Amino acid sequence: MQKLKLVMVGNGMAGVRTLEEVLKLAPDLYDITVFGAEPYANYNRIMLSPVLAGEQTIQDIMLNDVDWYAEHGIRLHLNKKIVKIDRKARVVVAADGTEAGYDRLILATGSTPFILPLPGNDLAGVIGFRDIHDVDAMVAASQQHKHAVVIGGGLLGLEAANGLKLRGMDVTVVHIAEYLLERQLDKTAAGLLQKSLEDKGLKFLLQKQTEQIVGKDGRVAALRFKDGSEIPADLVVMAVGIRPNSALAESAGIHCSRGVVVNDTMQTYDPRIYAVGECVNHRGIAYGLVAPLFEMAKVCANHLAQMGIGRYVGSVTSTKLKVTGIDLFSAGNFSGGENTEDIVLSDPMGGVYKKLVLQDNKLVGACLYGDTVYGAWYFQLLREGRDVADIRDHLMFGQSHVGDVGHQGQNKAAAMSDEMEVCGCNGVCKGDIVKAIKLNGLFTVDDVKKHTKAASSCGSCTGLVEQILASTLGGDYSPAPAAKSMCGCTDYTHEEVRAVIREQKLLSIPEAMEFMQWRTPNGCASCRPALNYYLISTWPREAKDDPQSRFINERAHANIQKDGTYSVVPRMWGGLTNAADLRRIADVADKYAVPMIRVTGGQRIDLFGIKKEDLPGVWADLDMPSGHAYGKALRTVKTCVGSEFCRFGTQNSTQMGIDLEKAFYKMWAPHKVKLAVSGCPRNCAEAAIKDVGVIGVDSGWEIYVGGNGGIKTEVAEFLVKVKTAEEVLEYSGAFLQLYREEARYLDRTVHWLQRVGLDYVKKKVLEDEAGRKALYARLMFAVQGENDPWRERAVAGEARREFEVLTV
Amino acid sequence: MENWLKVCSLEEIPRLGTRQLKHGEKNIALFRTDDDQVFALLDRCPHKSGPLSQGIVCGRHVTCPLHNWNIALEDGKAMAPDVGETSPYPVKIESGSVFIRL
Repeated sequence: MQKLKLVMVGNGMAGVRTLEEVLKLAPDLYDITVFGAEPYANYNRIMLSPVLAGEQTIQDIMLNDVDWYAEHGIRLHLNKKIVKIDRKARVVVAADGTEAGYDRLILATGSTPFILPLPGNDLAGVIGFRDIHDVDAMVAASQQHKHAVVIGGGLLGLEAANGLKLRGMDVTVVHIAEYLLERQLDKTAAGLLQKSLEDKGLKFLLQKQTEQIVGKDGRVAALRFKDGSEIPADLVVMAVGIRPNSALAESAGIHCSRGVVVNDTMQTYDPRIYAVGECVNHRGIAYGLVAPLFEMAKVCANHLAQMGIGRYVGSVTSTKLKVTGIDLFSAGNFSGGENTEDIVLSDPMGGVYKKLVLQDNKLVGACLYGDTVYGAWYFQLLREGRDVADIRDHLMFGQSHVGDVGHQGQNKAAAMSDEMEVCGCNGVCKGDIVKAIKLNGLFTVDDVKKHTKAASSCGSCTGLVEQILASTLGGDYSPAPAAKSMCGCTDYTHEEVRAVIREQKLLSIPEAMEFMQWRTPNGCASCRPALNYYLISTWPREAKDDPQSRFINERAHANIQKDGTYSVVPRMWGGLTNAADLRRIADVADKYAVPMIRVTGGQRIDLFGIKKEDLPGVWADLDMPSGHAYGKALRTVKTCVGSEFCRFGTQNSTQMGIDLEKAFYKMWAPHKVKLAVSGCPRNCAEAAIKDVGVIGVDSGWEIYVGGNGGIKTEVAEFLVKVKTAEEVLEYSGAFLQLYREEARYLDRTVHWLQRVGLDYVKKKVLEDEAGRKALYARLMFAVQGENDPWRERAVAGEARREFEVLTV
Repeated sequence: MENWLKVCSLEEIPRLGTRQLKHGEKNIALFRTDDDQVFALLDRCPHKSGPLSQGIVCGRHVTCPLHNWNIALEDGKAMAPDVGETSPYPVKIESGSVFIRL
């Protein structure tokens, strides 16, 4: 088949990212040609500031070298500027006469710095700050001249000023507004910023309007202001904004208006022609930060790969100035207005200022100076539009989404040295991550996970990794979108998938994938188990459980170990056992030469080192129910001795534990579920760190929910106090069913609770009696449809095949 | 070409599923794709020797159960950004039976 011809004009980050995505999705669809006006291959433009500051070199910031294009069969024309698009003949023409025909065309022409229309703006030494050429000019000027003036006190201007100062120049920033970064900061924060920059030796002239650039022998010599004053200048850097490069598109008759106008699939008014990046006007907005550009690239590639399910709906952006030693962050509407409330923490002596803007109990803006650790978290709250009423009192103090184990108790990446360990699971140090980010041009936590393995196991260091990304990338880091798709196979979020399965009554994975137009033929190891769970939890006894879409532990009904053997945990109701069961367990251990037997944290017995082919035999000989220690399911109900023997016990906690375990076992869930019942407030069963913890008091039972003893210890929250054992079953069952129906796959109860809030759960489980009873009934209906998986497999039959080894 | 060994019928490997195959000391993993193709790899993930026969099959790769590396079924190579490979074995299907050459 003849490949389609794809031509790209422009060779910057947005464009090349689009090509990378196209190659990922449809590697053989296109014959690709790229025209770049610069003499370089694709480099990381956002790292120009560190290059100017002398912290990195051009080689450090190359993203795709010339070899990359060759490897992927892309024809690369460097130093060739396209001057004409003939839409009729579908040909682009370069200034030197080179032509290329196209079936699809991508315009990624970027933007140019806006040069103020001042007399003298064409003098030598007057430049913008946009490409390697500009950096070279600034470095050269710093070696021969003394006085630099930067016009514009925005992000780029301040970064340029900082770089030039570090290069030894005497730098003055001229800014027309009343304070610096007026689009990113409020006046107070800007004042703090100005002070610390002045401490670094920068000078500022605010509310100054330039009248003329004065030259001498063809080179800039001074700047004259409207008020008549003058300052010396050997170099003038204009950083007053960017202007989308849309002249080429305009000359071809494509509709432009402050940028090339595109729709939500990144197509221009000529549907064969796409546009991405800074040259674009999408819904009236031209973006100048890298994160939105990458989102555009993804959508554009998706459409080019003929999948057509991605849509770009605009981005909420945040900013972070990266001048070493200065931390600031802002997002949303940080200046506030009518109907908004401010929460402010101001410590000018300590150099910290934080302002959060709320409207209708939602965070709508944030402006942080000096301490930006929680910037990513605020940004997420803002994007999610989450109700923050219940966390309002401690909102200002942030939320540590950094776990508290495995990284020496550190929770601020900035305070860590390069050789300190960030990921305790995979032994990844801060320096490794920083290096990978710079070397491979990584922009997201997912990228870092893939390349370094940090945060890819238990995930407790995800927050630290985010911080490292933010501080390494500076202004162009943007946390992952809040409404995240399930995985790379689809654009649907977990919630959307659940809703579609419910509304359309989808009953199998192939059906669900077809209906929602999955991108990959069979999904991946991350979405298939999730889909399988959503199907069987939404349509119990109707949807078909697919063993091939379960993790091996749930397929083999035992826990895989590092050497490929399995461990077996028989069910012991409430942690109670007896001589006969213990004797049988001992016999099984002898018969199958079990190398290790240990008591688990949940009061059960674990037999290790069992060969897979022996599992059905072990289960038959044990003749005990499955302990589900391998599943996203009810694991154990831990109990204390209780009133039967204990002199402090107020309630029969062992019996309560047994009843709970018998009622809810065989319950599949989004993640593992652990319960505990203590017979008095001394809480020997550690009920405060369980998904559902029940504590007996003299007058009844207290039920706590959302505890977690893992990666980050979370204390369960009080839900309700009830009188009878029946009520304990009904309330905790209703809570668990709500979690089963609404949480995302792999959410523990605490993660789901943090998202929906305890008030929501109270409304559903406490206030709505009919709803509670219905929830409980649905849970009972679901678990009663499940059989004991061990018993099914202990006898011969189709289910046994999983455990049989073929030989030749 | 000689030495094709008959392993089992196609039906004995679940679609999008796996089977373990032993040949002397050698452990081999068999995989059946959605479109009923069968592939065989040495049952050792190049990362930490995880049993690929216990993984999840998607499209043309298998995800190792231990640390989620993706291994291509055709050539046994780890998919980017991971690097490494395990040995593939030729497999053919004739009148509903699976044959392997070792």
